Amino acid sequence: MHDVTYLRPTSLKDAVELYRSIPECRPLAGGTDLMVMLHAGTFRPAPQAMLDVWSIPELKGVRRTQGMLEIGAAESYTGIIRSRDAQEHVPALVAAARTIGAAQIQNRGTLGGNLANASPAGDTLPVLLAYDAVVVTDRRAIAIDQFFTGYRRTALQPDELIVAVRIPLGRHVAFRKVGTRAAQAISKVVMAVSRSPARVAIGSVAEVPLRAARAEAALARNDDARAVSAVAEDVRPIDDVRSTAAYRRAVTQNVLRELLHAPPRP
Amino acid sequence: MTVRFTLNGAPVSIEGAGSRRLLDVLREDLAKTGTKEGCGEGECGACSVLIDGEVVDSCLVAVGQVEGRNVVTVEGLAQPNGELSRLQQAFIEHGAAQCGICTPGMLLAAHVLLHRTTQPTEDQVREALAGNLCRCTGYTKIIEAVLSCTT
Repeated sequence: MHDVTYLRPTSLKDAVELYRSIPECRPLAGGTDLMVMLHAGTFRPAPQAMLDVWSIPELKGVRRTQGMLEIGAAESYTGIIRSRDAQEHVPALVAAARTIGAAQIQNRGTLGGNLANASPAGDTLPVLLAYDAVVVTDRRAIAIDQFFTGYRRTALQPDELIVAVRIPLGRHVAFRKVGTRAAQAISKVVMAVSRSPARVAIGSVAEVPLRAARAEAALARNDDARAVSAVAEDVRPIDDVRSTAAYRRAVTQNVLRELLHAPPRP
Repeated sequence: MTVRFTLNGAPVSIEGAGSRRLLDVLREDLAKTGTKEGCGEGECGACSVLIDGEVVDSCLVAVGQVEGRNVVTVEGLAQPNGELSRLQQAFIEHGAAQCGICTPGMLLAAHVLLHRTTQPTEDQVREALAGNLCRCTGYTKIIEAVLSCTT
């Protein structure tokens, strides 16, 4: 990976220009996915250059704008956890950020990275789905339910840079992650649920972070029992090193039942 | 490219690819071999260092990313005359090191916690060290050592 060219633009404008002009270039933020894959040689096709967006001021921070909470694509999970605005307006996202890795990863991981990597196990992705977040790029806004197009595939164009994530205010979302242990665990099942509007979003149970359509339809009718039974039909889990399909299906139902019975936010 | 940063309080300058891992530059170019490589994928915390006072895994950092920043490795915890920090001394007194591979990262993660919270609870210590794996499973004595440093 030593022959990967390292580029450090200092403004969003420079970053966008560089990203559009250099082929086979990948954005680098906290490196928690990209650095691992580059070092292991598992990033295909191998990038020629890395565009370091970690320190670009426009990609940092948590702020309120136009009735939304806007989080910079390169803001760290630690920055989100410490943000009073995030704690007040998107507590489920704060809860998800606190389950990611441990301090070392929370200090480097970013929403932009979680989105671009588009792992079906990405811990923040069900939360963003449940909040109806909007992915803001250098050229447009993408509704989160249009963002994940396949296994580790997104709606992003090859030279399109994620700038921020915007989350509507006033939603109540519940979150639960099930992993092998509290820290440093990749989820077996990770879920975020909103009652109004009805959203049931689940990670690690399909090739993409999933909106559970049948469960949501039942939840919209306040038929919680049917939502819990239907969610088993929505998911399409696999057996892998972390868990089995049967376990994931059972736990998905248990977690949904738990989150629906959770007391409303005070 | 040239990367300039502060390492354990002293300015350093590195020539070469900015895409190299900070871990490799520390160990191979700067002889700071206290920083260990365990998994190389951000799971184990053996390569933990501090960047601007925050604990990070140096295997996940491109060296170009520390331009102008303040990096501290385990070698930076003791006084220049070799006098150990209270935390380091506590690790010795409590037998908190076995094979020693996790020790530098444990020290740095605990150092940040004690810097931020003078009276952490055991739960806070466990959470602060959750990103540092001890393959000898010597956690109990490590946690006791950290708790002994609360004032």
